[in-house]
Amino acid sequence: MKAPQDKPDGQGMDYLQTLPRRWVTVYIPLGIFVFVLLFPFYWMVVTSFKPNEELLARSGNPFWIIKPTFAHFHKLLFETAYPEWLWNTVLVSVTSTILSLVASVLAAYAIERLRFQGAKPAGAAIFLAYLVPPSILFIPLAAIIFKLGLFDTRMALILSYPTFLIPFSTWLLMGYFRSIPYELEECALIDGASRWQILIKIVLPLAVPGLISAGIFAFTLSWNEFIYALTFISSSEMKTVPVGVVTELVEGDVYHWGSLMAGALLGSLPVAFIYSFFVEHYVSGMTGSVKE
Amino acid sequence: MKPLLHRLQNSRNALGLAFMLPAAVLLLLFLTYPLGLGTWLGFTDAKIGRGGSWIGIENFDFLVGDSVSQLALFNTVFYTVVASIAKFVLGLWLAVLLNKNLPFKSFFRAVVLLPWIVPTALSAIAFWWIYDAQFSVVSWVLMKLGWIDRYVDFLGNPWNARFSTIVANVWRGVPFVAISLLAGLQTISPSYYEASAIDGATPWQQFRHVTLPLLSPIIAVVMTFSVLFTFTDFQLIYVLTRGGPLNSTHLMATLAFQRAIPGGALGEGAALATLMVPFLLAAIMFSYFGLQRRAWQQGGDK
Repeated sequence: MKAPQDKPDGQGMDYLQTLPRRWVTVYIPLGIFVFVLLFPFYWMVVTSFKPNEELLARSGNPFWIIKPTFAHFHKLLFETAYPEWLWNTVLVSVTSTILSLVASVLAAYAIERLRFQGAKPAGAAIFLAYLVPPSILFIPLAAIIFKLGLFDTRMALILSYPTFLIPFSTWLLMGYFRSIPYELEECALIDGASRWQILIKIVLPLAVPGLISAGIFAFTLSWNEFIYALTFISSSEMKTVPVGVVTELVEGDVYHWGSLMAGALLGSLPVAFIYSFFVEHYVSGMTGSVKE
Repeated sequence: MKPLLHRLQNSRNALGLAFMLPAAVLLLLFLTYPLGLGTWLGFTDAKIGRGGSWIGIENFDFLVGDSVSQLALFNTVFYTVVASIAKFVLGLWLAVLLNKNLPFKSFFRAVVLLPWIVPTALSAIAFWWIYDAQFSVVSWVLMKLGWIDRYVDFLGNPWNARFSTIVANVWRGVPFVAISLLAGLQTISPSYYEASAIDGATPWQQFRHVTLPLLSPIIAVVMTFSVLFTFTDFQLIYVLTRGGPLNSTHLMATLAFQRAIPGGALGEGAALATLMVPFLLAAIMFSYFGLQRRAWQQGGDK
């Protein structure tokens, strides 16, 4: 981590602070925060490239790798079902995200703009649904999934993930739709456009930032989902990455830390990668959902 | 004029319902129905693959007297209270730091949010390795510094395990609190700070009398969400300890899972999950009043 440079070009009243004081009150605490928050990731990377002898040696400096190796990644990709888990996770995340986005766009538009009778209670219900945590739903959902004959299929996850994706995305999109001026829609209505045309040609193009926020957020949430995937899936080749790594890579009492960390690293990279491109959308999605 | 208006109103309702249909069907079938079914299951002796019959409050009666459930309730409350307070204090501190005029500000903000973005189950595995009894890097450093004389058994004894899981939870939760509060901080006008400085306020007084009151509405909302997530936490405990040692880290959610899925006692698990609801309602009420206050502060137009 590069130390922050000190440039005393502060705005406001920051110039009143002396430089040493600023180091003690700002830079050092911030440095500690960043170190602690990032250390587990550094540790993941270091462990996943370390040969086993180094991992299990108590002497030597554990923070560095002497002979980096790809053995753990090789084992992960060619000797376990990891590629299948990755494929399952991608498939489930993308499908449930698209499904939820379509349902959410329609619902948010109806609640926010069509203002049908009962739109307000519907909006409140969506918000309440947002507050229902998966940990109190998974047991009855398991019973339902079982009854529908969906147990141990990807469909079980694709259909259950929208229970937390739709409330979240609808709530987020309602905020975005609210910011689009009514006049635009009125003009289009006068020109004879149908509601469907207005939604597709006017509202959606203007709400693209909101759609991206909701989309990447929904993708991340479904990529990270754990409890449903753990409960509804039992066979190894149907598992998602988080569940597969936790349940299948731990063999008995011998922990293969190298491949475990490699699995954790590879499973985190896609979301971290998407995140790095859409930081602003993430932040606005997150704060937007809290602020409303 | 009137029939036309009437027709428009009608079509608007019909269209509204049609647009609501996909979301409503999914949510009713997979959220509302299970919510009701879960409560019902709590009053039955259902097992996996076998529908149960009504047994009244037997499950609840058993759970109230069951020492493991009592321990789980204690653990959940302890975990939630300690972790939430820590997340609030550290999150607010981090938000204040990030709100300072910093070089690479957006870089810091982006980096800080990472723990919240990656799958919790996977970062929990990293913590599992960091907490390993024989190869823990934390123990290694403490040994080198000469602060301890043998490796710490982070997850092996009850209180160590409780605090280790809390630390992992705080690590994951601080970014969410910090970034949300930062968004709130950025809406506070600098002129308040300038005015209070002219009146001779110290930085602590500014924080206490300017920052905190103006931030309190968003604090209420953020902390409600944080409490909600912490109280219903599952993955972290499942990965790190599976509730052990001696059930000392079992939360209500992990105990419900253990009883219902590997144990097969769906009814009992559902009853445990239902017992979490009163606490969640309390948290939502808290949020509701926080929001009310916010509306009032903004002039009540919302």
